[in-house]
Amino acid sequence: MLESLGKLVTESGFAGFFSNPDGWRNLVMIAIACVLLYLGIKKQYEPLLMVGIAMGCLLANVSSVFMTADGSLPDALYHQDLWDRFLNVEAYKEGYEEYLHNYGYILAEGGLIDILYIGVKAGIYPCLIFMGIGAMTDFGPLISNPKSLLLGAAAQFGVFFAFFGANLLGFDAQQSASIGIIGGADGPTAILTTTKLAPELLGPIAVAAYSYMALIPMIQPPIMRALTTEKERSVKMTQLREVSKTEKILFPIIVTIFVVLLLPSTAPLIGCLMFGNLLKETGVTERLSDVAQNALMNIVTLFLGISVGATMVGSRFLTLDTIKIVVLGLIAFSFSTIGGLLVGKLMYKLSGGKINPLIGSAGVSAVPMAARVSQREGQKANPSNFLLMHAMGPNVAGVIGSAIAAGFLISMFGG
Amino acid sequence: MEGRLTLNIGDNLLDALLGYLVVFIGLTLLMCVVVITGKIMVAKLKKPAEAPAAETPAAKAAAPAAPKKLAPGSAGDVKLYDTDPRDAAMIMAIVADKLQKPLNELRFVSIKEVK
Repeated sequence: MLESLGKLVTESGFAGFFSNPDGWRNLVMIAIACVLLYLGIKKQYEPLLMVGIAMGCLLANVSSVFMTADGSLPDALYHQDLWDRFLNVEAYKEGYEEYLHNYGYILAEGGLIDILYIGVKAGIYPCLIFMGIGAMTDFGPLISNPKSLLLGAAAQFGVFFAFFGANLLGFDAQQSASIGIIGGADGPTAILTTTKLAPELLGPIAVAAYSYMALIPMIQPPIMRALTTEKERSVKMTQLREVSKTEKILFPIIVTIFVVLLLPSTAPLIGCLMFGNLLKETGVTERLSDVAQNALMNIVTLFLGISVGATMVGSRFLTLDTIKIVVLGLIAFSFSTIGGLLVGKLMYKLSGGKINPLIGSAGVSAVPMAARVSQREGQKANPSNFLLMHAMGPNVAGVIGSAIAAGFLISMFGG
Repeated sequence: MEGRLTLNIGDNLLDALLGYLVVFIGLTLLMCVVVITGKIMVAKLKKPAEAPAAETPAAKAAAPAAPKKLAPGSAGDVKLYDTDPRDAAMIMAIVADKLQKPLNELRFVSIKEVK
């Protein structure tokens, strides 16, 4: 009896905090998961993903506490060591070839979240989310004002600025590219790029990307006010032209052909984004469009959040690199906003004051949050100013821009 | 990890500039394609609209102009897309209330239901 009780105590997770060398790290991560849950639930910071990420982090760290004498984690829902062997070329050289890129091994040995994580590793979830985003997005404002695409391009400045900065801070090219893409303000793109280039950084990059996306209403306005004058902010833009149904149907087809031919590595993201949009615009696939933007999107969001959160195991997350990533992510977001605003100001000058430069900051692709911020700041300067539809153009252009930036980085450093 | 690359400052800067340039060029070319498509579509839409107008100038002069669909309470004509005039009136009243401006000082151009 006593022996059984003793065994139960020594094999419990509580004992694991002391017996496992990384136990204290798991404890800290459990606290961090609780903070993230608070931010998601109480502060509503991107709750749909933040709650999933936080719960994934909590589950991975709670279940990883108890380690057996041979160093294995029998009850863990997520096994970092399995994925290390799955990815590691060095292990292959040492004779572990059966583990390298072998999903069968993950299915046989992994826990629940290991199996869900296959969707992240194979790049399925981010693409399906893009399909849902496409099905929810109206590209009308962009089609009626194609100059918005320039603002979407300008707002990728932060991506490459942070890429440069990360390299200077000692990250390798693949890691720098993954950190830089946080500046695209596009969670699925950041996850896909990181999974392909630097999967070991997935946890901190996903958390930084989604946290900063939620903080856009706090990050952008001071930069917007610093870089624009009251006169510029109060510019009222003229009504956009009406876009025909045919144009809306043609747009996703044209973008798919053009962008994928230009940069084939963008095919998964752009292809899914435009497929989703085509389902919405055709008018004959309403049921599919409905599934893409509701049921499928919700299911994938569930799986994505929990499996990305699970990568935040203490031994990997609690490092100096995580702090660097958080700082670089903020820099990336800020410089993307600056890039969009500066080109917005240039367009203001060239158009003779007809374009409000505030719509430039919406070029970061957090849809529709960034456009709402432009609307709010424009209305503060001039209460009769309605910039929302004008800002939606650069906003959706930013989605295409960040996908192109990701495609470039993957094709350059994807090996 | 496999195939990890370390860049010196020169290559790093070059790659960053190249990447930004690729995004700009890609989206600029896309803009040109969208502009051209838009122009073609606008021209196509104009043609059928102009044709009947040219055919019946006499009939047009004889018949009184059809009254435009006005939304109640607006200071001009508002284009309504899939929106009931009553809903439009309500939306305009809410906007006027939020802005604390008299409704007749506001100009609504169009109201469209977002589906």
